[in-house]
Amino acid sequence: MSQTHTDSWRIGEVTLTSRFLLGTAGYPSPQILADAIAASRTEVVTVGLKRTLASGGDNGFVEAIRHAVRANGARLLPNTAGCRSAREAVQLAHMARELFDTPWIKLEVVGDEHTLQPDPFELLIAATELVRAGFTVFPYCTDDLVSGRRLLDAGCPLLMPWGAPIGSGQGLLNPFALRTLRERLPDATLIIDAGIGAPSHAARAMELGFDAVLLNSAVAQARAPVPMANAFRLAIEAGRAAWCAGVMAPQDFAVPSTPVGGEPVLLGAGA
Amino acid sequence: MITIQLDGRPHQLPDACTLAALVEALGHAPHGIATAVDGLFVPRGQRAEVTLHDGAAVLLFQPIVGG
Repeated sequence: MSQTHTDSWRIGEVTLTSRFLLGTAGYPSPQILADAIAASRTEVVTVGLKRTLASGGDNGFVEAIRHAVRANGARLLPNTAGCRSAREAVQLAHMARELFDTPWIKLEVVGDEHTLQPDPFELLIAATELVRAGFTVFPYCTDDLVSGRRLLDAGCPLLMPWGAPIGSGQGLLNPFALRTLRERLPDATLIIDAGIGAPSHAARAMELGFDAVLLNSAVAQARAPVPMANAFRLAIEAGRAAWCAGVMAPQDFAVPSTPVGGEPVLLGAGA
Repeated sequence: MITIQLDGRPHQLPDACTLAALVEALGHAPHGIATAVDGLFVPRGQRAEVTLHDGAAVLLFQPIVGG
């Protein structure tokens, strides 16, 4: 039995065994998206909403997602991508709850068009209102400790701090801040979201003690998304296993591993 | 006749048209879209009670992929 089958975690009343949350944007085809969802063994799949006249149909992607979610026993996590204010995000969240029939919402309120950095002030306002309205709020946030505490105090069951700007593939740009979040919020559920590029980034996040990883572009934009989804699954499992096993502490100096003692090996004490 | 803004574009409707009637006239399945009027979400069950006024800003949203 693999590690994930015995290493469950919870979001509210929902118990999950996979620590891999997967986004659905940017895949080459609906079939590849469906196969990637299966290969990832994810139990949480993110989706979005758009204005109906913004562009044409979705070319079958939404139907592929719904089918894959049913086939794999996964849940949908709608996002409020594109929102720039708390007011916008709250309205979109209500629409998402009705459309997708779930109280889960990945709350995104962006404060900068270039970095797509979360706006911590509007995010907190929106999170507070949505928690009161009965939503399970997954806040996409920065790695700021104080902002994170405010979101948890407002009733968010977890935090989703960024590793790097959305879609940048840069990995964990500020591991010190992420490590600080883990240490100062030991009981909080923490999910790295955004900026992951390689499976090693995801493994590193799990080795830091984060509870899960959410990524999209790293799989969708890989040369072969389906094998890449599998690679990320293995990396997340490995990182989690390493965290549970206890990674050795790094040292600034050498510590010999072979116990030869203080004597030169060939010449001996009488030489 | 009135003129509303439908997803940012002018759209003419008969007087006293409800949001539910608009959704039906556009050919959308009621459960397939979400609606907002003047920036506020209108639940599916209340669309028939919302009579659109001249100049109303109506937005329709549909599910899509997302990260």
